[in-house]
Amino acid sequence: MNTARALALETPATLDATDRRLIVETQGGLPLVPRPYHALAERLGITPEDVMARMRRMLEHGIVRRIGAVPNHYALGYAANGMSVWDVPDPCVLEIGEWVGSLDFVSHCYQRPRILPAWPYNLFAMLHGRSREEVEEHVQMIARILGQYARAHTVLYSTRILKKTGLRLNG
Amino acid sequence: MPRPAEAVALDATDRRIVNALQGGLPVCERPYAEAATNLGISEDELIRRLERLLADGALTRFGPMYHAERLGGALTLAAMQVPEADFEHVTAIVNGFSEVAHNYRREHAFNMWFVLATEHPGRINEVIGDIERATGLKVYNLPKIEEFYVGLRFEA
Repeated sequence: MNTARALALETPATLDATDRRLIVETQGGLPLVPRPYHALAERLGITPEDVMARMRRMLEHGIVRRIGAVPNHYALGYAANGMSVWDVPDPCVLEIGEWVGSLDFVSHCYQRPRILPAWPYNLFAMLHGRSREEVEEHVQMIARILGQYARAHTVLYSTRILKKTGLRLNG
Repeated sequence: MPRPAEAVALDATDRRIVNALQGGLPVCERPYAEAATNLGISEDELIRRLERLLADGALTRFGPMYHAERLGGALTLAAMQVPEADFEHVTAIVNGFSEVAHNYRREHAFNMWFVLATEHPGRINEVIGDIERATGLKVYNLPKIEEFYVGLRFEA
């Protein structure tokens, strides 16, 4: 990460009313037309240059992570979705988390609180595979390398998407 | 029990589009034309294929990915242990909250896992309290403490 971007990320971003309208207009998606920023400019009553400048600024500040395609893992053949959860010692969790997150089959990796006694796990790594066997192989690979640092672990497979709408700002 | 969506048939060009466009589209006057050039197809074909990939469900969305916390909002992951007999009823209650962005059933005693996204951080605890009152079940709030960098790429 370059210095300018690091600084931008430390500064809380301010959004004006037009930024918010731009977010509301695009949270469902970018218009699928040759000049999408022109289409948005027309809806918002501002110039396309202004729309593009606002979008670039939001990218620079990390308000927009990226503008791209969000694949549906199941539709791509990644039928097995396993949330692997690990109980690792707190003093090592940052180091272990960095390492687990760097594995190419891990799509999300977070440290979260334990809620004892029901929930002893403090590290979450989302795994996607073409089958449960593939996910299990990945879990075993992580378990072997963590060794005694993984005091307990399990995998929670998803069996149904009950809702998926994503973030929604009210207009 | 309904299973997650079946795999969609993708041809080689679809796969290249899905792989290439996870990384991001530039902000410019004709972003699809620019991406299409890199893929060796026309702008019109790229737009038509993206429309189809969205309609078929191979892509869940295409566009800016907003970062809730940097918008001043908050996100958390929450889990519940729902008795099997009440599962459909509780699902309807939980999904009825507009703050519930994703909800998954998982095989575990904690069988319901949902993401709450709110515009204001204080709203998270209010919604959790509302869900507990509406369902009579405890909601385990598991907000992220640290997010570890991942590449976030799926080979189509």
